[in-house]
Amino acid sequence: MPSTRSSADFVAAEAVARHFDVSKPWLARAIERSPRVFLKAVDGVSFAMAKGETLALVGESGCGKSTVARLVVGLYRPTSGRVLFDGLELAGLPAAERARSRRRMQMIFQDPYASLNPRWRVRDIVAEPLRAFGLASGRAELAERVGALLVQVGLSPADGEKYPHEFSGGQRQRISIARALSSNPEFLVCDEPTSALDVSVQAQILNLMRDLQEQLGLTYLFISHNLAAVRHISDRVGVMYLGRIVEIADSGTLFSQPRHPYTQMLLDAIPDLAMSGREREPMGGEVPNPLDPPAGCHFHPRCPFANDRCRAETPALKQYGPAETACHAVEEGRI
Amino acid sequence: MRAWRDSDLWYSFTRSRITVAAASIAGVMILAAFLAPLIAPHNPFDLASLDLLDAHIPPVWSEDGETRFLIGTDDQGRDLLSAILYGARISIGVGIASVLLSLVLGVGLGLVSGYAGGRIDAFIMRVADIQLSFPAILIALLVNGVLRGILPSERQDELAIYVLVLSIGISGWVQYARTVRGSTLVEKNKEYVQAARLIGISPASIMLRHILPNAMGPVLVIATIHLAVAVITEATLSFLGIGVPPTEPSLGTLIRIGNDFLFSGEWWVTIFPGVTLAVLVLSVNLLGDWLRDALNPKLR
Repeated sequence: MPSTRSSADFVAAEAVARHFDVSKPWLARAIERSPRVFLKAVDGVSFAMAKGETLALVGESGCGKSTVARLVVGLYRPTSGRVLFDGLELAGLPAAERARSRRRMQMIFQDPYASLNPRWRVRDIVAEPLRAFGLASGRAELAERVGALLVQVGLSPADGEKYPHEFSGGQRQRISIARALSSNPEFLVCDEPTSALDVSVQAQILNLMRDLQEQLGLTYLFISHNLAAVRHISDRVGVMYLGRIVEIADSGTLFSQPRHPYTQMLLDAIPDLAMSGREREPMGGEVPNPLDPPAGCHFHPRCPFANDRCRAETPALKQYGPAETACHAVEEGRI
Repeated sequence: MRAWRDSDLWYSFTRSRITVAAASIAGVMILAAFLAPLIAPHNPFDLASLDLLDAHIPPVWSEDGETRFLIGTDDQGRDLLSAILYGARISIGVGIASVLLSLVLGVGLGLVSGYAGGRIDAFIMRVADIQLSFPAILIALLVNGVLRGILPSERQDELAIYVLVLSIGISGWVQYARTVRGSTLVEKNKEYVQAARLIGISPASIMLRHILPNAMGPVLVIATIHLAVAVITEATLSFLGIGVPPTEPSLGTLIRIGNDFLFSGEWWVTIFPGVTLAVLVLSVNLLGDWLRDALNPKLR
């Protein structure tokens, strides 16, 4: 485990785990004598974020990134471990204080076609947090706030009268951002906010998010599998593999000198525009079945450096130079 | 969105001649039924105006017909045309009221079942399965019998209509519940619901304001088709003699009364209410079928 966290951390996850029960129904289990089956979507993830920072979590599909996002905002309760927001554990708070903390964090979702209720007008969608937290009183003030928010994300106040289907994917994501900003949050969790968008629109949304971060001093937890987007927006990057963080470092370090073999493989898979023609190491193997992950280091079946220790013992995150890496080979100096 | 959806529906409506015809017939019948006190030549519920000497008069085009009674009279001397108008009013009223009851009950239970999941869901759905394994008419008979057993006998006639609505309403909620549960299971995992949960919106509010509007499309289709079924069920119960009292006959009661005289040659007492019922149910059913197809995106 990484070193103990100081209380000054704005958002912190401490050995957070979330296991989903994916067993068959009770009767089928009794007849077939099959055991309960748990999916360890997130298996002991720790990180800390300072105010105003952007931390990105990257990894392949199914590695638990989105589950981490939902754990952090409290949509899921952790199976073990805890999430601290400004020093407070959300799950343990009385209702009134929980509402106060909720106002300060918001989430932007992946699919702009599913994250806006198709039967609601945009103005009602954007105003929902304002109403829920009692942040605006009266029709006129509400309309004014909604108008201002829409302008802030590059839409027009008149768009509030329309329904979500009248907008493109990028515009819808702007509406999501306006909604998320409406309660004046300090912390935004962005769950693959650009992965459903065209490449040209992705850059617009990322730049909008960066501008808003500068204006409002926001803290972002940015979930993505798009390494180019991550490089563009994040201060620090955590790489996840099968429910665990295998490497976490500041963005420059991670992209220039990746230590963990998995990180190296990921970065190697990015096509480069220069068409350097250099030989690439193809990403070998498949992600193992998360219901039955390999023992020891989850990555060992695909790792060219794996030895017997890797197959038996789970590596912990340790500081090596500027990066924290969970790898026996790095520890033993084999890489 | 609403304007667009409306115009789309309207287009498909005007393109189908059968649907337009069915809608016109159903519209005229429902209108006539509810305007019965204004347009009916007699008031068949006013026992003082009945004269037993007028009983069993055949329709006006028969030999013994009278112009006072266009399609004849029944065994009480009631004008059959007026009785059908008033009777259709009761039939349609009971039908609509019991559909509304089924709808509220079924949609509510379906929403709770789908959203809460777990044991609540299992319990509600097993009850639904059990009820589904009996014919709806049997459930209606059962509820009807139990309610009549509870009620004091001197008030049974005046409460008969409410008993009828309750028994038909309870017999029909399962379809709504299953459909709404299905849509709820889909909608509750969508991100807009998570976004609402994130800011602490209450489950009741999420169900009613977020999920319900997105689950109502198929419910409207079921309600239209169910209206026809409810009218038939009411007629069946009244035919069996446990519906509305004979002093205020519905279509089903009229058919039952006429049935007694069918073999003595007085066919009109049962045929006219029967044809009215058949045409009404058929046109409402056709409307429901069209609505189902029109709202099905795969058939557009």
